[in-house]
Amino acid sequence: MLSRTADHLYWMARYIERAENMARVLDVTYSMSLVPNAAQSEAALWLPALEISGNVEAYEADYGEVNAANVIRYLSMDMNNSSSIYNTLRNARENARAVRVAMTSETWENINALWLEFDQFRDQDLAKNGLREFCDWVKARSHLFRGVCFGTMLRDDAFSFVRLGTFIERADNTARLLDVKYHLLLPEQEEVGGAVDYYEWSAVLRSVSAFQAYQKIFSDTIVPWRVAELLVLRRDMPRSLHACLDEITPILEQLSGVRQTECRRLAGELHARLRFGKMQDIFQKGLHEFLSDFIDSNNLLGAEIQRAFLSINAS
Amino acid sequence: MQKSPTQFFDEMQHAICAITPAAIAPNQNATSNNNVRDIYTAYQAWLSTIPHHQLESKRQEAELLFRRVGITFNVYGEADGAERLIPFDVIPRIISAKEWSQLSAGAIQRVRALNMFLHDVYHEREIISAGIVPASILANSQYRPEMFGVDVPNQIYAHIAGIDLVRTSESQFYVLEDNLRTPSGVSYMLEDRKMMMRLFPELFRRYSVAPVDHYPQVLLKNLRAVAQSGVLEPTVVLLSPGAYNSAYFEHAFIAQQMGIELVEGSDLFVRNNAVYMRTTQGPQKVDVIYRRIDDDYIDPLVFSADSMLGVPGLLSVYRNGGVTLANAVGTGVADDKATYIYVPEMIRFYLGEEPLLENVPTYELSKEDDLQYTLEHLHELVVKEVQGSGGYGMLVGPAATKQEIEEFRLRILSKPANYIAQPTLALSTCPTLVESGIAPRHVDLRPFVLSGKTVTLVPGALCRVALKEGSLVVNSSQGGGTKDTWVLENNGVLEESELTEKDVATVKKATKASTTKVEAIC
Repeated sequence: MLSRTADHLYWMARYIERAENMARVLDVTYSMSLVPNAAQSEAALWLPALEISGNVEAYEADYGEVNAANVIRYLSMDMNNSSSIYNTLRNARENARAVRVAMTSETWENINALWLEFDQFRDQDLAKNGLREFCDWVKARSHLFRGVCFGTMLRDDAFSFVRLGTFIERADNTARLLDVKYHLLLPEQEEVGGAVDYYEWSAVLRSVSAFQAYQKIFSDTIVPWRVAELLVLRRDMPRSLHACLDEITPILEQLSGVRQTECRRLAGELHARLRFGKMQDIFQKGLHEFLSDFIDSNNLLGAEIQRAFLSINAS
Repeated sequence: MQKSPTQFFDEMQHAICAITPAAIAPNQNATSNNNVRDIYTAYQAWLSTIPHHQLESKRQEAELLFRRVGITFNVYGEADGAERLIPFDVIPRIISAKEWSQLSAGAIQRVRALNMFLHDVYHEREIISAGIVPASILANSQYRPEMFGVDVPNQIYAHIAGIDLVRTSESQFYVLEDNLRTPSGVSYMLEDRKMMMRLFPELFRRYSVAPVDHYPQVLLKNLRAVAQSGVLEPTVVLLSPGAYNSAYFEHAFIAQQMGIELVEGSDLFVRNNAVYMRTTQGPQKVDVIYRRIDDDYIDPLVFSADSMLGVPGLLSVYRNGGVTLANAVGTGVADDKATYIYVPEMIRFYLGEEPLLENVPTYELSKEDDLQYTLEHLHELVVKEVQGSGGYGMLVGPAATKQEIEEFRLRILSKPANYIAQPTLALSTCPTLVESGIAPRHVDLRPFVLSGKTVTLVPGALCRVALKEGSLVVNSSQGGGTKDTWVLENNGVLEESELTEKDVATVKKATKASTTKVEAIC
């Protein structure tokens, strides 16, 4: 298939996934703001949402003070924020439009419908009301997108690039979320287990749809290291790092064929770290170090995928 | 439904309109609705039972579907680059089998002659030696000296030709212009039909409408057939300027229908006298390029150096026979408005036949007499730029203000040879759904002629309708819409007794059309 086509498909999927994750972060932060918590200021509550998207400086340049209304606006509708949900969905649709031929008409129409439906939220002040509905809608559209791809697309390279985009993006998002939250919630080796803690950590779990999974697997109080284990090493947890690499590795094997691509080697290495790693060791070296290293490697993997398949030169 | 007794639809009713300079308004004198032409009788009977609001809701349904499928276009020069729909009219234009056989024979004849002319003008130039077409044609900016002596497969230059026809009376059709470069609009012929079958399955039960869906298959077959000899399984691609081009939807749609790659200039590159596309598995050779990019932008090494759309070196490979382009480079010299006037003579010269379709009488402003006449009659003429397209840069005298006429006069005087003038034609009108009800609006017709081993066309056409009251400009960039064109098979209208027989087949067809829904539309 055309490299450009593969590129558009890959980024289409990445942007949809990014929008979903942003909606999850917004949604969970908002619910936490409804839990009375005198110890935490509004700014402290909303700052992590900006940190996860890696946008604190740009935000401060535009808005200054961190408060709920502005962060919500900035992350959902702001046209000047390249990673606002508005822009990520717009980019997803633009990428889809550029290669509408390469996907099933149902897939294309699904994304086009998403963009047409987006209009209903454009003029709403989400900070005042409708944020939950908006986030639910984004999540539902993202589910629908994956469903229509899964349910209608031929299992060819086009499908592989769509899946690849989804999981590279998801791995990045899960790692960032965990890193920011862990960092913030455990500034030092404090004792954990209080009520606030429970809400904080259950919020993290909920933001990746892992709350029920946690209950089911551990049937115990929520403790940070188990949350980390669930989101890093558990391969049966669909948003964990391990689960993402479980998807990515065979796709790159298949796309590479007889070629010895660097991205294939890199994915194999990352995969092995998650497959054979022990949580104890990870904590010993520091979860933050582990996660930042993972985020860097995952970025590098994205760049290598780009180099191997998506921007092939004439030479 | 509001119906005014003074409204007159000459597509639907019997009447004679000659070429009259003042005929810009619909004929208000015809009063009777009783003289409905046979082919419209059944439709008219059906239409009279449908309330306006029901038609309007059908129109809205169509709009919603078109938007969902993304059948949109971009208008040049609009700041926000917003995507717009081409308005779709739910009332079809109906053409009888007999009319169609005349029109199609005329269009085929014309395209055969035009292809022969193109071969001639880039080779022996016999038609110039014979004194039929002046040598000044070689100075036309659309003439490409790079093509002189180049042999193209099967001597086909215009693989796809859009012939614009207008009707001025019941028996009189004129060719308004030939489009031999990158004619567009065929996706609307196909989409409008699917939409009509979805909205009004009951009408297709009553009418034997000739199908058009096989257009992409015919085109693909032709494109495969013009690959260079020796290529057994040719790779055909469609080259588009990209998603921001106004016709992008059509490019995507046709590529999808033919199952070929939709490529942009940056996807292709030239090496060792061949064209390749960049794929995830490395370079893949391309044999035939159905290009929807104008000559000027196709190869920055030869034409516009600043073009980002084209492929550097493409023309050199093409001239050496390493790849086939459809349409060929240099076809513009045959569809230029300055060349148009010679087409009837070309038909006589190359084919030894009398033209089946007539040209509109045309004044060449490079000639002193014609210029004089035109300047004196600007208020009743249509003046066009010879290399213009898309309805830009033209003057419709009867619709123009005094000031517009005077401004245009100065433009003409500064470069008379750039213009031609034609009488304002009383374009036929077709019943059209507008806000106030059903009203007459002017229409034209663009059938698409495909040249391969034989020259053919599918029984259908793009029908453009000028939605503004009284307007004669049908271009989508100027507020025109489209209609489905029904070419009837045989008699076309089924008697009640025949209906039962056909029921089984058409109800199946109709159900399929409405249940496969959007799938059917894209």
